[in-house]
Amino acid sequence: MKISYSDRVFIAVNHVLLLLLVVVTLYPLVYVAFASISDGAQLITHKGFLYRPLGFSIEAYKNVFHNPSILKGYRNTLFILVFGVTTNLIVTALGAYVLSRKNVMWNRVFIFIVILTMFFSGGLVPLYLIVKGVGLIDSLWATILPFAVNTFNLIIMRTAFMAVPESLEESAKMDGANHFVILFRIIIPLSMPVIAVMILYYAVEKWNGWFWASIFLKDRDLYPLQLTLREILIANNTDMMSTGANAADQFQIGETIKYATIMVASVPILVLYPFVQKYFVKGVMIGAVKG
Amino acid sequence: MRKTATASFPVRFKRDFLLNKYLYLMMIPVLAYYVIFHYAPMYGALIAFKEYTPMKGIVHSPWIGFQNFHDFFGSYYFWRILKNTVVISLYTLCFEFPAPIILAILINELANKKFQRFVQTVTYMPYFISLVVIAGMIKDFTNNGGLVNTLLTYFGANDTAMLQKPELFRTIYVLSEIWQKIGWESIIYLAALMSIDQEQYEAARMDGATRLKSIWHITIPGILPTISIMFILRMGNLLNVGFEKIILLYNPSTYDTADVISSFVYRKGLLEFGWSYSAAVGLFNSVINLALLITANKISKRISENSLW
Repeated sequence: MKISYSDRVFIAVNHVLLLLLVVVTLYPLVYVAFASISDGAQLITHKGFLYRPLGFSIEAYKNVFHNPSILKGYRNTLFILVFGVTTNLIVTALGAYVLSRKNVMWNRVFIFIVILTMFFSGGLVPLYLIVKGVGLIDSLWATILPFAVNTFNLIIMRTAFMAVPESLEESAKMDGANHFVILFRIIIPLSMPVIAVMILYYAVEKWNGWFWASIFLKDRDLYPLQLTLREILIANNTDMMSTGANAADQFQIGETIKYATIMVASVPILVLYPFVQKYFVKGVMIGAVKG
Repeated sequence: MRKTATASFPVRFKRDFLLNKYLYLMMIPVLAYYVIFHYAPMYGALIAFKEYTPMKGIVHSPWIGFQNFHDFFGSYYFWRILKNTVVISLYTLCFEFPAPIILAILINELANKKFQRFVQTVTYMPYFISLVVIAGMIKDFTNNGGLVNTLLTYFGANDTAMLQKPELFRTIYVLSEIWQKIGWESIIYLAALMSIDQEQYEAARMDGATRLKSIWHITIPGILPTISIMFILRMGNLLNVGFEKIILLYNPSTYDTADVISSFVYRKGLLEFGWSYSAAVGLFNSVINLALLITANKISKRISENSLW
């Protein structure tokens, strides 16, 4: 069929708009990448766009990878990531499983208890006082236990568990399987796509989290990567990064260090995400189903 | 079945417990989590009506009624943070909320599947970058000689540290919000678009409808239920402006336009130790949010039959 004039205009405008959006989204990231391998002295005097790195220097990356607080940050973030995501998955799966069962007398009450927390909360200060009360201040577990379940994720997982055919569980029950066996041997293996989505959601949350760490952790040795980053990027404190250099060098290296730390903190996730994109998308779609 | 329905409560209770005891065992960690980290803080919010001191604890601190609320409503800060919160929320509602809807429609109109995937992959990306990094980039790019700043000087703007300017804060906030979230939030609308019956488009084309007309008459009505659910959810969070980003970006010179209820709660409560006062402000915020959610849900139910419950 012949495409009308107005449609051709529409299609052209559409392509231009989307290409523009792609450029606006990508360019800041490209800029950071170029700046991170640029020569500090040249970068400082430069203004505006970068079309290629200015000179070439990996001095900033050397500084970043030799810096004790960045390394500690990585270690702490890794701890939070591994133990946090494990805790998240176990507790969320248990909750999702119980709430997906029919004929359990108290489930309507349980679901109400869980859902209500999505719409009403005690607030920041009371949560802080409770975390302090249970003795988690200055423990990495303070960034894990108070966030063991994300209610939205719990509902997504419950929806997925309810979709598993009942006949499979029935036959397992005949063979004498209890609820733990049904959950870990039947339901979870059959819900792997959703489990993958959950791992990714929780992992991104843990990797990028900084706020709760900033209020629950006073000991600098416990700072996760993002908190160290905040000092470098927001408080503009790169002095500690370039020890040994004289003042002028410090200033020059400092400028590139900012960009190198952005790369170091973001590249792992940005590299990973296109491979897991289809799972993310799936998760959002399941989440779209009314709770 | 009939028997269970008519049996007395203790009998049913016992039968249910015997049948499902392992399920209850499994529920213990989950319930413990919700009780300790969600319901205990709700109880803890009572300190809003008390004069809390850490020495006496939540239970033993003396009651002072609505004093904290009185102080808050009467203070200079009340109108400032309420206005900032409402204004920033409305800005996001007007600009950031429709942006992903428009993007989804535009992506949906692309005939080339590869280009479609490419646009999606690129626009989702910023969602995965941490707020600390995003805030760092915003700060750097809007600073003197920064990327955005220099770009704007081509159009005649002055080279200034934009984040020091109270009048620019909201614009920076909302634009960066769109930049980070537009792609990610479009996924849900793209999912809704896929379920629209393609035959409708063919029929419309037969009748000579242009692309814009079929967007208006088929696409938008097709995703309207999704839009209204997302809108209701958004209403329930109207006063929860993303304060993590605000805390990262604001400074005393921009408090006039940047300070919102939640950043105020954070500053007064956790940095200045005004526990009870801050809890009162937080409670006020929660109650308004709940009221807004219920109202939006009711209105939506009446006019479109879409509702959360």
